[in-house]
Amino acid sequence: MAMEVTQLLLNAQSIDGSVRKQAEDSLKQFQEHNLPAFLFSLSGELANEDKPADSRKLAGLILKNALDAKEQHRKFELVQRWLMLDATVKSQIKAGLLKTLSSPVPDARSTAAQVIAKVAGIELPQKQWSELIGSLLSNVHQLPPHVKQSTLETLGYLCEEVSPDAVEQDHVNKILTVVVQGMSSSEGNNDVRLAAIRALYNALGFAQANFSNDMERDYIMRVVCEAALSKEEKNRQAAFECLVSIASMYYEKLTPYMNDIFTITAKAVREDVESVALQAIEFWSSICDEEIDILEEYGGDFTGDSDVQCSYFVKQALNVLVPILLETLLKQEEDQDQDEGAWNIAMAGGTCLGLVARAVGDDIVPLVMPFIEENITKPDWRQREAATYAFGSILEGPSPDKLTPIVNVALNFMLSALTKDPNTHVKDTTAWTLGRIFEFLHGSTMDAPIITPGNCQQIVTVLLQSMTDVPNVAGKACGALYFLAQGYEDVGPSSPLTPYFQEIVQALLTATHREDAGECRLRTAAYETLNEVVRCSTDETATLVLQLVPVIMLELHNTLEGQKLSSDEREKQGELQGLLCGCLQVIIQKLGASEQTKYGFMQFADQIMGLFLRVFACKSATVHEEAMLAIGSLAYACGPEFAKYMPEFYKYLEMGLQNFEEYQVCSVTVGVVGDICRALENKVLPYCDGIMTQLLKDLSSNQLHRSVKPPIFSCLGDIALATGQDFEKYLMYAMPMLQSAAELSAHTAGADDEMIDYTNSLRNGILEAYSGILQGFKNSTKIQLLIPYAPHILQFLDSIYMEKDMDDLVMRTAIGVLGDLADTLGSNAGTMIQNSLSSRDFLNECLSSEDGSIKESAEWTKLAITRAISA
Amino acid sequence: MAPPDFRRPFKRAAVSDQQRRRELTLERQAQSRHDAQQRVRNLASTIISLQSQEPDDADVVLEPYLEESEAPPKELDIRRASRMRGEQVRNWFARQLMLPEWMIDIPDNLSQDWYVFARPAGKRCFVVASNGTTVSRQRNGSILHCFPSALPNGAKTREPSGPAHSYSILDCIFHEGDQTYYVIDMVCWGGCSYYDCPADFRFYWLNSKLEESGASGPPSYYHKYRFSAVTHEKGLPAAYTDATPYVKDGLLFYNKHAHYQSGNTPLALVWKDVKCSQYVLDTDSTGQVPDQQQVVLELQEDGNLITSDDPPIIFARLNSEFIQQLGLHSGNFVRCAINDGGLSFVEGKLEKADLKYIGKCSRGRAFADSYSKVVFQHMARHSPLTYDDLLVAANKAPSDVEMAG
Repeated sequence: MAMEVTQLLLNAQSIDGSVRKQAEDSLKQFQEHNLPAFLFSLSGELANEDKPADSRKLAGLILKNALDAKEQHRKFELVQRWLMLDATVKSQIKAGLLKTLSSPVPDARSTAAQVIAKVAGIELPQKQWSELIGSLLSNVHQLPPHVKQSTLETLGYLCEEVSPDAVEQDHVNKILTVVVQGMSSSEGNNDVRLAAIRALYNALGFAQANFSNDMERDYIMRVVCEAALSKEEKNRQAAFECLVSIASMYYEKLTPYMNDIFTITAKAVREDVESVALQAIEFWSSICDEEIDILEEYGGDFTGDSDVQCSYFVKQALNVLVPILLETLLKQEEDQDQDEGAWNIAMAGGTCLGLVARAVGDDIVPLVMPFIEENITKPDWRQREAATYAFGSILEGPSPDKLTPIVNVALNFMLSALTKDPNTHVKDTTAWTLGRIFEFLHGSTMDAPIITPGNCQQIVTVLLQSMTDVPNVAGKACGALYFLAQGYEDVGPSSPLTPYFQEIVQALLTATHREDAGECRLRTAAYETLNEVVRCSTDETATLVLQLVPVIMLELHNTLEGQKLSSDEREKQGELQGLLCGCLQVIIQKLGASEQTKYGFMQFADQIMGLFLRVFACKSATVHEEAMLAIGSLAYACGPEFAKYMPEFYKYLEMGLQNFEEYQVCSVTVGVVGDICRALENKVLPYCDGIMTQLLKDLSSNQLHRSVKPPIFSCLGDIALATGQDFEKYLMYAMPMLQSAAELSAHTAGADDEMIDYTNSLRNGILEAYSGILQGFKNSTKIQLLIPYAPHILQFLDSIYMEKDMDDLVMRTAIGVLGDLADTLGSNAGTMIQNSLSSRDFLNECLSSEDGSIKESAEWTKLAITRAISA
Repeated sequence: MAPPDFRRPFKRAAVSDQQRRRELTLERQAQSRHDAQQRVRNLASTIISLQSQEPDDADVVLEPYLEESEAPPKELDIRRASRMRGEQVRNWFARQLMLPEWMIDIPDNLSQDWYVFARPAGKRCFVVASNGTTVSRQRNGSILHCFPSALPNGAKTREPSGPAHSYSILDCIFHEGDQTYYVIDMVCWGGCSYYDCPADFRFYWLNSKLEESGASGPPSYYHKYRFSAVTHEKGLPAAYTDATPYVKDGLLFYNKHAHYQSGNTPLALVWKDVKCSQYVLDTDSTGQVPDQQQVVLELQEDGNLITSDDPPIIFARLNSEFIQQLGLHSGNFVRCAINDGGLSFVEGKLEKADLKYIGKCSRGRAFADSYSKVVFQHMARHSPLTYDDLLVAANKAPSDVEMAG
C-alpha cells in the first residue's frame, strides 16, 4: 500500500495529463474509501526519509487540504471529520508530523510545520493536544539549527491558525521568548533568525499583555528595529513587515520608538532595495490609516473617555516625511499605467502621500506646492508626471478654502496638458487629477464653484477629445467626466451639462465600441460614466434618456446573437451583458421616478423584459446579478402590471434564490422578491409557496453567506404585508425561525464591532418581518393566530432594549413593531404590552429621541398603545 | 510586486459603479418598505379611530368591497380601504366631521377648559390633500373644490412635499367673501393622524404646520386658495366683539381636552345671537324664517321620529296607518312644525313635544336635526341664552375648590 501511494503521488505531478488524472482519481477514491488509512499513509509518506522529496511534499499538502477549506461549511465538515477519527490514528499521524520537523529535507519540514498548525487550529480550541506547545518549545533548544528553524516556523504558523484565547498566557510568554531570542543578532544561523522574524509577525496578535509591559515591549521593539537593519535583505523585509503590523495593532504604544523608527524607515525608503522600501512606506501608510480612523471617529475632539488618542505622528514627521515621499514619485516604471497589477515605489509613495494629506489636511499644501511648481514644466516626463501626481494626491484632505484658489490657477494648465503633453503617462495622471478635482472640489456643497459658465464648455470638449486617446488615458477621462456629472447631482431643474448631453452620450457610446475598449477597463469606465450622466440628468434631458433606451436594448440584443462561443468569448459576452443590464437599470430607475417620464418608458417594458429573460438563459453569474438588479427596478416601475411577466420570470427568481455559491446573486434576488411583493400585492400569492420554501431553506442553510440572512427576514415581512392573512399557512414555519433567530440575536456580549453591526442588521430584518406579519393580519378575523407569539415578540423587544447596543435603524423598527403589536392585537395584548419594559422606558427614550424618524414611529406607537389599552 | 489587498488600486475611484448600483437599489428597497409600512400605520390610525367611534358607519363604508372580495362580512381590510373610490369615499367622508352641539346650557369651567372663537360664515367641509391634489368635501360628502394647494402632497409640484402616500385632512369653513378656507381643526397632517390628540395640541400643531407649509400664504399657481387658521385663544369678549376678516356666524366653544370625534359631540358647542350671526333662527325651504319652529327628524321602522343623536332622542311617534298613507319609509327624513304646545321638559329632559307633520324632506338631506339644535332654536324663540349669561360664566373663577365638609 505504501509503495502504491508514493507512485500515485508522483504520478499526480506528472506532465502527462492522463497519468495525472488517473492518479488524482485513485487518490480521491482512496480518501473516500478509507479516510483514516488515507491520512495515516500520507503522514507516513511525509515522515519517511527514504521517499522522494516531491511525493513527501504532495503528501503533506493533501493532508493539509484534508483539514481545511476556504468555504466555511466545507471547513466545518472537515474539522468534524478529523475530530471523529480514531484517537490512536490521530496520535500516530501527529507523531509522524512532529518527527518530520527534524528531517534534513527543507520542503518536508516546512510542509509538516503547516500541517501541524492546521491540526493545532482544530485541536487546541477543543483542549486537545495540550502537550504540543511544550514539545515544540523543548525542540528549540536542540542543537541542529534546521530543527530550531522548522520549530520556529511551526510556532509562527500555529499563531496564524489558532486564536489567541486558545493559548494560555504562560505558553504565549514562552513562545514570544524563544521567538524574540531567535530574532536577536546573537543568533548565528540566519535561517533560524529569518524563521523567528516571520514567526513574530504571526505572534504579534498574541502579545497584548507583553506589549503592555514596558520592559518586554522595549525588548521586542529593540530586536525588531535591529532586525530591520540586518545585513540580509529578507530579514529586513520581514522585520519591516512586523513594524507595519505593529503600527496598526499597537499604535498607542509607539511614542517612545517613533524617533528610531523614523530614522530607519527614512533610510530604507531612500536607500534600500524595493522590497524593503515598499514595506517602509507601508509603515507610514498604516500610521496614516490609524490616525485618519481616530480623527474621523472622534472628530479630533478628545475627551478623557475615548479609547485611543491621536499622537499626531504624521504631523510631527511631516516636514521630513513629505520630501522623502515626493522623491519616490520620480521613480516611475515605464508602462505602469497599462499593467493592472503593477505596484512599485512610486505608486506606494504616491498612495502614502494621499493618506498623509487626509491625515494632516491643510498643512501638507505648502510642503508639496514648491515640488509641483518646480517640476510641472520640466522636459523630463518623469518630473512632469510626478508633479501632477503629487497634485492629484493632495486633493482629498485639505479644505476647499485652501485648495480652490490653487485649483483655479491649475485647471487651465491641466486641460491643456491633457490634450498637448507628448507623454502618455503625464496625460493619464492629468486626467486622473482632473477627476480628483471634480470629485473633491466640485458640487453643490462648495462655496466657490471651480466650474463656471466660462470654462464648462472647454472642460467637456477636452474630456471628450481625450476619450479618443489611448485606452488608459481615455478611461481616466471617462472617470473625470463621471465626477463632473456627479457634482451636478442635485443642481435643480436645470443642469449646466444639458447643452452637451447628447454629445457626451455619443462620445461615451463611441468609446464603448472602440476595438481596444477591452484594455485598461475602458469599456467599463465608459458605461459607468454613462450611468452617472443619466443618473444626474434633469427633466430637461428626459426625452434624450428615453431615446437611449432602444439604443442600449439593441446593444443587448446584439450580445445575444453570438453562437457557439469559446469560454473566453462567453466570459466577455457575460461582462458586456452585465454592463448593458446595469445601464438599463439606471435608465429604468431614472425614468420610473416620475409619472410623466415613466409613461414614455413603459412602451419598451415588454421588450426589455424579453431581453432580460434571454440574458438569464445565457447563464453567467455576474450577468445574472445585473439582470436581476435591473428587473427589480422594472418591477418597481411597472407596479401591478409586472404580474404578466411572472409566469416566465418565476423560474429564474427561484434559481437566484438557490444560488448559495454566489451569495451576491442570492442577496439581490431576495431584494427583487421584495420589489415584486410591493408591485403585485396580493397577486403575488400564487408564487408564494415556491418563494417561501426557498427562503426558509436559505435561512436554515449553513452554506449561505450570513450577510444574506437579514434581507431574507425583511423579505418575509414584505411577503406577509403583500399577502395579508393569506400568510397564515406560512406562520407555523416562519414564526419558529424568527423566534430562534431573535433569541440568538438578542445578546451581543463579548462581540466585536463587526459582530455587533451584523447582529443589528439581523435584528432589523427580524423586526421588519414581525412588522410585516402584524400589519398584514391587521383587522383580519385571524389575529388570534398571532396572539401566542406576542409574549415572545415583547420579550425580544425588552431584551434588545436592555442590551443597549441597538443602532438607530433597529431602534426605529423595534418601536414600530411595538406599535404594530398594539395596533393589530388591540385589547388582546393591552395588558401584556402595558407590563413590558418596552412600553415604558424604551418608548419614552424613543419619544425624546433626536432622530426625527424614531420620534415619529414612537409617537405613532404611543397612540396605538393608548388605543389598545382603552379599547 | 502586487499592492497590499486593502490599498485602493492605483489611480482608481474608491467605489465601483456596480457596488454603487447595488447600494442605491438597497436604499430604494428599504425606503419603499418603510413607506409601505408607514402607509398601513397611518391609514390604520385614521380608519381605526373612526371605526371604534362609529362602528355602524364603518360597516356601511366597506360593504361595497365585501361584495367584490371573498373576505367574510364585517371585516375591515385596511389595504383595500386605502383604495376606496367614488361613492364609497363620499359616504365615508360624510360621516367624519366633528359636529358641535348647540349650547343649551353653559358648561362648567368655561373660562378654564374651553376655547371660544368666532365661527366664519360659509360651507363647512373636510379638506383632503393627497397624491398631488387637494379636494374639499362638504358635510354631505359632495365635492366643493378640487385644486392644488401648498398642503403636504397637495399639488403636483416638482419637489414632492412629503412621502408620496401621506395625506392631510383639515376641518374647514370655506368663506365665499375672501375665497379663503378658514381652518378650524386639524385631523391628519402629512400622514400622521391627530384624532387622538387633545384640542389644545391640535390647534398648536395646526398653527405651526400651516405656517411651515406655506399654505397660509397668498394664492399662487400651485396654491389656489389661501388657508387661514382661526384664532382659537382670544377669549369670549374678543371673539364676540372684535372685527374678523370674515363674516361671523356665531361662536364656537371647543373643550381643550377633547379628542377629535366624528359626529355630534357635547365637547364642542355652537352659540349664536343676532349680533354675531345673520342666521340665528332656522329658515325653511324657501329661505324665510317660519312663524313656527320647524324640525327635521328621521323616521324609524317602529314609527318613532328621532334626532340624529347617538343614542337618538325620540320626539314623537307616527302610527303605521299614517305612515302608509303618506308613503313614508323607514329612514326618511320628515319635517315637522312645533305647535303652540311647544316642548315641555322635566328635570332637563324632553317630556313632550307638540308636533305637526309638514312633509318629506328633499333627497339631498343627509341628517336629522340634533336634539341640541331643536332645543337651542326653541330657546332662541322663547328664552334665549344671552351673551351676558356667557360673560358671567366666563368671568367666574374656576370651581377648583370643592368642599367636602
